[in-house]
Amino acid sequence: MGYISISRRQALGALVATLLVPVVGKEKAEAEVPERLQTLIREAIGETRPTVGKVKLTLPPLAESGNSVPLKLQVESPMTGDDYVKSIHVFSEKNPRPVIARFHLGPQSGKAEINTRIRLAGTQHVVALAVMNNNSAWLGSAEVVVTTAACIDE
Amino acid sequence: MANARIQVPTEIKRGQVFEVRLLIRHPMETGLRHDEVGKTIPQNVIHLLTCRYNGHEVFRAELFPGISANPYLSFFTTATESGELEISWADDTGQSEVERTAITVLP
Repeated sequence: MGYISISRRQALGALVATLLVPVVGKEKAEAEVPERLQTLIREAIGETRPTVGKVKLTLPPLAESGNSVPLKLQVESPMTGDDYVKSIHVFSEKNPRPVIARFHLGPQSGKAEINTRIRLAGTQHVVALAVMNNNSAWLGSAEVVVTTAACIDE
Repeated sequence: MANARIQVPTEIKRGQVFEVRLLIRHPMETGLRHDEVGKTIPQNVIHLLTCRYNGHEVFRAELFPGISANPYLSFFTTATESGELEISWADDTGQSEVERTAITVLP
């Protein structure tokens, strides 16, 4: 009995160790921005380095049709005269046109939240970049599995 | 002129942050589709949309073919005075439209 439980523990330990390695690796990869989007981010904010955080994208984890996927954008900000979100850029990793939208807000917005519906050409990450009034930039992303892609010729 | 619908709360208090919801009838043609004889259907999307509240711009959106047909948008703004919310947009064919709605602000 004792012999079995020790070996089970060891086996579990080894299993967890092998599982953990790819998980940690994946998280790192997710924090990195796909190369195609880096150019767009540079076009939007110049040489400023965006920080991951403050931007939350809510998308369904699975979308049956890529023609109309609901997207909610939320940016953490007090939206006061001296601390507000200036603009939010939405980028797609795989669409033929990577820029989806640019929104311009101000302190009068009161709340940095936008809802819309977007087209997605297949399973991918959607990235949002928020630029604050002090020109600091923040990134958020979400992954959607799309079963039927949009933008495909009919 | 039933090409768009704007929805705002009926009663808003001064200083309240309220949601503006907007639905526009528009094909948002991507420019990537072909017709039955194989000719490309030219891109025609609403590329710019502006919302003014009593004449002041409170929200602006640049849209691209990645936005779904019959675009839906919602955003927030702060109630100041009673008056008018005016949303205007322009598409790639050069056509532009305006839709207005009254805002009633309670003291």
